[in-house]
Amino acid sequence: MDWMKIFSALLIVLMLVYLLPRAKDMIKNSPKGSNNDWLAVLIPLILVIGFVFLLIKSV
Amino acid sequence: MNRPVELTQTQTPVLETNKVLKNTYALLSVTLLFSALTAFISMQMEMPGYMPLVATFGAIGLIWFLLPRTANSAAGIGVVFGITGLLGLGLGPMLNNYLQMSNGSQLIMTSLGGTGVIFLALSGYALTSRRDFSFMGGMLIVGMVLVLITALANIFMAIPALSLALSAAIILIMSGFILYDTSRIINGGERNYIIATVGLYLSLYNIFVNLLMLLGVLSDD
Repeated sequence: MDWMKIFSALLIVLMLVYLLPRAKDMIKNSPKGSNNDWLAVLIPLILVIGFVFLLIKSV
Repeated sequence: MNRPVELTQTQTPVLETNKVLKNTYALLSVTLLFSALTAFISMQMEMPGYMPLVATFGAIGLIWFLLPRTANSAAGIGVVFGITGLLGLGLGPMLNNYLQMSNGSQLIMTSLGGTGVIFLALSGYALTSRRDFSFMGGMLIVGMVLVLITALANIFMAIPALSLALSAAIILIMSGFILYDTSRIINGGERNYIIATVGLYLSLYNIFVNLLMLLGVLSDD
C-alpha cells in the first residue's frame, strides 16, 4: 500500500475524531423539524439531483 | 434635510444580519477568485500528485487550530485566505489531470457553472423563503460522518461505484449545508462573517470537486 493511501486514511480518521463529539452535540441540540420543514428541504434537494443528472447527460 | 436614522430594537438585528450576509458574500467572492488564482499557479507549476493531500492537511490545520482563535479579529481574514489559497493549490494537479482528457476543459467549465447554479439557487431559496433550516444540523453531521466512514473503508476496498455514490452523497450533503449555513446567517445564528465564509466556501469546494468527479466518470468520452 502506498503512503498516499495511508495519509488519506489518517486524514479521514482525524476528521472523524474531530467531528464525532460535535455530531453528538448537534444531534442532541438540533431543533426538531415538522413535516412541512422537511418538505421545504426535500424539494430543493430533489431539484439539485435532477440538475446534476441533467449536467451528466449534457457532457 | 438629513435626519439621523433612529433604529428600533427590531431593526438593529435585521441590519446586523444584513451586514453579516453582505460581508460573507463579499469575502466569499474574493476568496473564490483567490482560490482560482492559486489553482492556476498550481497548474502552471505542475505541482506533484501529493499536493492535494498536503494542502488539505494544511487547510484543516488552519480551520481547526488557527481560525477559532482569529475569527473575531482582522487576522481571521488572512487565515481565510490561507485556507482557500491552500485548497486552490490542491486543485491544480486534479485539474491538470482532467485537462488531459479530450473533453477536460468542458467538464471543468460545466462543473464550475453547475456549482455556481446550485449555490445561487439554494442561497436564493434560503434568502427568499427566510425559513429556519437549523433542524437539519443533526442530519447533515450524521450524513457527513457516514460519508467519512464509507470513504475510509473505500480507500482500502477501492470500489469505483462506491466512489461515485460517495460523490453524489457529498453533493447532496453540501447542498444541505448551503441551506443550513445561509439560514443561520439570516436568522442570526451565525454573526461571524469569517466563520460563515469558510462554511460556505467548503460547501462550494466540495460540490465542485465531486461534481467534476461524477462528470468525469459518467461523461460519454
